[in-house]
Amino acid sequence: MIGPKHSTFKRILPQLLILAAALAINLVVFPDFFDIDFRNGRLFGNLIDVLNRAAPVAILCVGMTLVIATRGIDLSVGAVMAIAGATSAAVVVEGHGWVTALLAGLGAGALCGLWNGILVAVLKIQPIVATLVLMVAGRGVAQLITEGKILTFSNEGLIHLGAGVVAGVPTPILIWMALGALVIFVVRRTALGMLIEAIGINERSSRLAGINSRVLLVCVYLVSGLCAALAGVIVAADIKGADANNAGLWLELDAILAVVIGGNSLLGGRFSILASLIGALIIQSVNSVILLSGMPPEFNLVIKALLILAILVIQSPRISYLMYMLRASGPQPQPDTAPLPKTQKEEAQ
Amino acid sequence: MTHDTGPVLHAKGISKFFPGTIALDEVDLRLEPGEVHALLGENGAGKSTLIKCLTGAYQRDNGTIHLDGQEVSPQSTADSQRMGIGTVYQEVNLLPNLTVAENLYLGRQPMRWGLMARRRMNAMARESLAGYGLDIDPAEPLTAYSVAIQQVVAIARAVEMSGKVLILDEPTASLDRDEVQLLFSVIRQLRDRGLAVVFITHFLDQVFEISDRATILRNGRVVGTRVLADVSQKDVVTLMLGRQLESQVHDRKPAKAGETLIEVENLGKRGMLDPLSLALREGEVVGLAGLLGSGRTETANLIFGAVPADQGRILLRGKEIPVSTPREAVKHRFALCPEDRKTEGIVGDLSVRDNIILARQASQGWMRPIPRAEVNEIAERYVKALDIRLASLDMPIRLLSGGNQQKALLARWLATNPDFLILDEPTRGIDVGAHAEIIALIEQLRSDGMALLVASSELEELVAYSTRVIVLRDRKQVRELSGAEITPENIVHAIAEHGTPAEEGAR
Repeated sequence: MIGPKHSTFKRILPQLLILAAALAINLVVFPDFFDIDFRNGRLFGNLIDVLNRAAPVAILCVGMTLVIATRGIDLSVGAVMAIAGATSAAVVVEGHGWVTALLAGLGAGALCGLWNGILVAVLKIQPIVATLVLMVAGRGVAQLITEGKILTFSNEGLIHLGAGVVAGVPTPILIWMALGALVIFVVRRTALGMLIEAIGINERSSRLAGINSRVLLVCVYLVSGLCAALAGVIVAADIKGADANNAGLWLELDAILAVVIGGNSLLGGRFSILASLIGALIIQSVNSVILLSGMPPEFNLVIKALLILAILVIQSPRISYLMYMLRASGPQPQPDTAPLPKTQKEEAQ
Repeated sequence: MTHDTGPVLHAKGISKFFPGTIALDEVDLRLEPGEVHALLGENGAGKSTLIKCLTGAYQRDNGTIHLDGQEVSPQSTADSQRMGIGTVYQEVNLLPNLTVAENLYLGRQPMRWGLMARRRMNAMARESLAGYGLDIDPAEPLTAYSVAIQQVVAIARAVEMSGKVLILDEPTASLDRDEVQLLFSVIRQLRDRGLAVVFITHFLDQVFEISDRATILRNGRVVGTRVLADVSQKDVVTLMLGRQLESQVHDRKPAKAGETLIEVENLGKRGMLDPLSLALREGEVVGLAGLLGSGRTETANLIFGAVPADQGRILLRGKEIPVSTPREAVKHRFALCPEDRKTEGIVGDLSVRDNIILARQASQGWMRPIPRAEVNEIAERYVKALDIRLASLDMPIRLLSGGNQQKALLARWLATNPDFLILDEPTRGIDVGAHAEIIALIEQLRSDGMALLVASSELEELVAYSTRVIVLRDRKQVRELSGAEITPENIVHAIAEHGTPAEEGAR
C-alpha cells in the first residue's frame, strides 16, 4: 500500500518543488498573494485566480499527456477549442439550452479527435503533421461556424460553466479538478495506463502482444479532442462569446509545455497526468508573477520564456544526472568501504 | 622489441557498482599483441560492462587500465578510440544511407580546397578494403552490401581509427557460415598485424576456431583465463556455468496421439512465402528449418497474423478461423515469441512485471484489470519457474540480460495459457545455461500437451526437440521429416538439394 503512493509522491516531487518556488516568487513580488477572501458567496484571491485561469491549459494537458505517452502530439487542441466554443455559441444563439450547447461542443471536439486519430492510427501519418492539418484548418472551420464575427450570447447556464461559482468555488476550477481526477482514476484503475505506455514505448511489441493499438490510439486522440472541446466551451463561456480567431490561440504550446514540465518524455512511455496538471499550475503561477510584479507588458513573453527556460534546465537530463550522482555519492561508499577493512584484516591474519 | 614487450592492454582490478549490485568485482584482463582473446560468460556475467568500462562508455569505480604500458582513463568511447581501442558492435553502428567510403572516413574525410575529395576518398576506401580481401565499390551505399560486409567495413573503420585493440561484440550473431569465415579471415589478418582482438560471442565452436586465449567471467568476477589449445569446450562451459553441464540425452519420445489442433492450408503471401501447409497435433513440436531468409520467420508471422496472409486458411480443431492480426491469434490461444527480442518482444521501459502480464492483460481488455495480487502471483510464479534472474520485478525489462529477457517473454506468453506456441529462434543470443533451460522447457510444454512450432537455425537443437521438421528453402516448403529421419545430416541434405518437389505437408 505504501509502495505505490510513495512512488507517486517521488514522481511529482520535482514539480511540487518548482510550483512551491513559483508561488514563493509570487509572494515576494506581491506580499498578499496567499490572502483569500469570501465575498458575495465566492472565494476571492490571487491563489484562486491562478487555479481558475489555469483551467484551460490544465484541461488540455490531461488529453495531451495521454497523446504524448503514445509517442504522439496534438497540435490541433487550440483550434479545436475555437471550433467547440463556436459550436456551443452557435447552438445557444439558435435558442437551444446550455446542455445541448455543451454536448454539441463536445461532439464537435470528439469529431476533431476522431479525425486526428484516424490520420495517425489508420493512415499512419506522423502525429505532428496529422494534427498540424487541423491546427491550420480548424480556425477556418470555427470562422465558418461564427460566420466571421464574434458570436456573443447571454445564456446563463452556458456562462455559468466559465464564470459561475459552485459552493463558493469558480466552476472552471471544479471542472478541471474533476476531469483530472476522473481521467487519472480511469487510467490507473484499469489497465488503460499500462497499455498506453506499452504502445508509446514499443508499438510493434505491443501489437504482437495482442494490444489493439489502433483503437487505443484513436481513443487517445478522441480524449484529447474532448478535453480541448471542454476547454473551448469554458473559455467561450468566460467571455460570453466565441472568438474564432483568438480562442485558445497558442494554447497547444502551453499544454505541451505543461506536459514537459510535468516530466513526461516527448518520446512517449511512462506518464503522469498529475505531474502535468502541476505543470499547468506552474505555467499559470509564472503568468501570475509577471502580472503581479507590475512590469511593463512588453516584458511578459520574454520573462515567461526565461522562467520556463530555467525550469527546463533544472529538469534537463544532464542536471538531473548530476543531482542523482550527488545524492548517490552519499550512501554509495558504504557497500564498498565496509568489506574492505575486513578483507585486509583477514589477510593480516 | 619483438616479444616480451608486455601486454597491449592490461586492466587491473576493474570494479563497477550499480545501485544494489556489483557488476564487476576486481576484474583483470591482459591482452597480448597479436592474439585473439575471447571474453566468455553467461548473460549477465559482466562481459558488456567490462567492455563499456574499457571503452569509457561507463566510468569504472575502481581499477587501472594500462595501454602500451601507459596508464589511461578513457572518458568516452571517442576518447578510447583515439587512444587505440576500437569497438564493433553486433548491430553495425554505421550510417546505412551513406556510401561505404563515406562511412569509412566519416569525420576525417580527405579534403581538397575545403571540399570533400570524393574521388580520392573512394580510391582510399577501395585500397583499404582490398586489404581485407573485399573487392567492392566504395561509392555504393552501405545497405547495398550484406551484413557481413558491413561488419568488415565497421572493423576497417575501427582499425584505421584505433589500431591497437579491437573489440568485437558478438560480430557473428547475424552472419551465416560463409560470412563468418570471411570475418574470421579478416580477424586472423589483423591478429598477424599485431593487434589484440577481443572476441565476444555465444558460439563456442567459433571461440575455439579463432581464439588463442579466453577469459571467462561469472557473476562479475574472472573465474579463469585459459589457453584454448590446452582445454576442451566442456572445461570452458564448466567454468562459465560453475557446474557440470549434464550432457543432454536426446531420447525423443514419439508424439503422443493428441488431437489435431492446427491445420494450415496453403497459407502464403506473394513475395514473402509460397503457399505452405502443415498440421500440428497437441503434444507435438514441429521444427522449421532452413537457412537465413528461407522463410522461417515469415511462416511464423503469417500463422500468427503479425503479417496478414493473402491466401490460404487456418483451421483450429477443424474449424476455419480468421487470423489477420495478432490480436485475433491471441484470442484463439496462439502465442508467438518473435525472433527480434528488442524490437518485437520486450517493451523496454516497462517493468518486468508489466511485461510478463502484458499479453494476458491485453487479451482481457483494458476494462478488466488483473488485480495487483494476482499480477504479482503470476509474475513471481514464472520468475521462479523459469529461473529469471532479476533484482526486482519493478526494474525495467531492458536492464535484464538477453537470456532473462527471453525467459520473461516466454513467461508473458505462458501466462496466457496458450494451446499453440510459436517460437522464432528461441535460443538466439542467449548463454549456454539459459539455452539448456529453454530446450528443457520446450520438452516439458510438449509433454504437457501444448502444440509448438519452433523456427531455429541451430540444427542440433531442432533435432533434439522436434517430433517433425519442416524444411524451407527460398521461401518454399521443400521437405518434411519425421521420426528417425530427423537428423542434422538429413536436414542439411534437404536444404541443399535442388529440384525435389515438396512432400505434401499435412498428415
